[in-house]
Amino acid sequence: MNTLFGEKKEGATKIVLKSVDEYPEAPVSLGTTLSNFTGDWRTFIPVIDDDKCVKCYICWKFCPEPAIFIREDGYVGVDYDYCKGCGICANECPTKAITMEKEEK
Amino acid sequence: MEYKPVRKVVSGNYAAAYAVKHARVEVVAAYPITPQTSIIEKIAEFIANGEIDNIQYVPVESEHSAMAASIGASATGARAFTATSAQGLALMHEMLHWAAGARLPIVMVDVNRAMAPPWSVWDDQTDSLSQRDTGWMQFYAENNQEVYDGVLMAFKIAETVNLPAMVIESAFILSHTYDVVEMIPQELVDEFLPPRKPLYTLTDFDNPISVGALGTPNDYYEFRYKLAKAMEDAKKVIHEVGKEFGERFGRDYSQMIELYRTEDADFVFMGMGSLMGTVKQAVDVLREEGYKVGAAKVRWFRPFPSEELYELAKDVQAIAVLDRNFSFGQEGILFNEAKGVLYNTDAKPLMKNYIVGLGGRDFTVNDVRKIAENMKAIIDKGELDVEVDWYHLKR
Ligand code: SF4
Ligand code: SF4
Repeated sequence: MNTLFGEKKEGATKIVLKSVDEYPEAPVSLGTTLSNFTGDWRTFIPVIDDDKCVKCYICWKFCPEPAIFIREDGYVGVDYDYCKGCGICANECPTKAITMEKEEK
Repeated sequence: MEYKPVRKVVSGNYAAAYAVKHARVEVVAAYPITPQTSIIEKIAEFIANGEIDNIQYVPVESEHSAMAASIGASATGARAFTATSAQGLALMHEMLHWAAGARLPIVMVDVNRAMAPPWSVWDDQTDSLSQRDTGWMQFYAENNQEVYDGVLMAFKIAETVNLPAMVIESAFILSHTYDVVEMIPQELVDEFLPPRKPLYTLTDFDNPISVGALGTPNDYYEFRYKLAKAMEDAKKVIHEVGKEFGERFGRDYSQMIELYRTEDADFVFMGMGSLMGTVKQAVDVLREEGYKVGAAKVRWFRPFPSEELYELAKDVQAIAVLDRNFSFGQEGILFNEAKGVLYNTDAKPLMKNYIVGLGGRDFTVNDVRKIAENMKAIIDKGELDVEVDWYHLKR
């Protein structure tokens, strides 16, 4: 558990820093942003088809946020608080297991 | 272990290299530039001779990369060092903001050298002072001893407040001039400067983190405040570390402004770096001649020693600020800062700015005497002739 920030929940990292004292000394974070969610930026959302996934973890390696995590069963999941919908994972996946779909908000 | 200094005759640059060795620096990333080159050559020689172990030397292709590599090294928790000069420092500028913003206690020696054009390799403080707002602490060394001591103290202070620090020495006047430097035995340096304790660890692979993360308008402001506060807190740390250095090794650096014969002075000369050695010598001569003068050497320019300046300004009639630097469209940079600090206080000494020694022009005891004569005339009259005096100008 990273002690710089609050509790890390399953898959997601919810951090809301309310006072300056709660901030870490250096701007380091669990995702690429400090306290807000790059997930708010998304228009398209990656949808993963486990049947096609071969657990190569190329998507995990390429996700810039990094929003892809490895689930207990070895397949990959997406932390939607941080997935900004860039589609890199879908582009890199060798088996086309990831498709980008328009997100309904 | 009792402190017995090891005396060596070294250049300012070699003094810096020895301090790097004694500080047990783990990563040096550097690119050669005159007059800094012999610092990194000496470090490379130490490594080649097997005199230092547990150190990585990264030869890079530019100063921008030197600072980038230092940032990477420092982010992993290593003690990192680099050195540069003038255009090289300017090329690092963007990365200097990164180092400070990410709160990495890198120590760098900048050998003060004039910015081109006209092309110059000689002494001038405008290169380092142009980096004023990057969030780096700045220590100006008067002599080779202060280069050595400065690097050791800078690591301790930087690693306490998590801010990078620059130790600044004059081109050639210090960098290439040999003088006796009292060095501290390794075991005693180790006691003074224990291994670094980084703010976070990058090698905890179960809990990966992003360094220098994106701060939206919701967060950026708070981090700037934290950086500002760290600079403010650094004053106390500088005082304590300087005092500790004095207690352990006999040279006290607890004051951010070193006062020399200012007790009963009518007016004082204020400045930074090697030129203050000349000024102190001149003060002795002038005192013999009946002038009641003193010197105030600003050791730390960032954080700025506002409180100490105020204490000094309360007791003197006038301050002659000697700037080996210039901010175009305004005035000497130290002068500008000093006046700003005193504006909201009761201390209102007459203040005059002398632009001296730019680009390595000689600045001698006799020059200080001429300035003293001018200052005396101003004080007698009660008003300035000019505020900014291009003192050496061929007229
Ligand atoms: S869409 Fe982009 S941000 Fe989202 S999981 Fe894929 S690579 Fe990561
Ligand atoms: S890149 Fe595709 S196949 Fe590989 S782990 Fe990710 S989803 Fe599965």
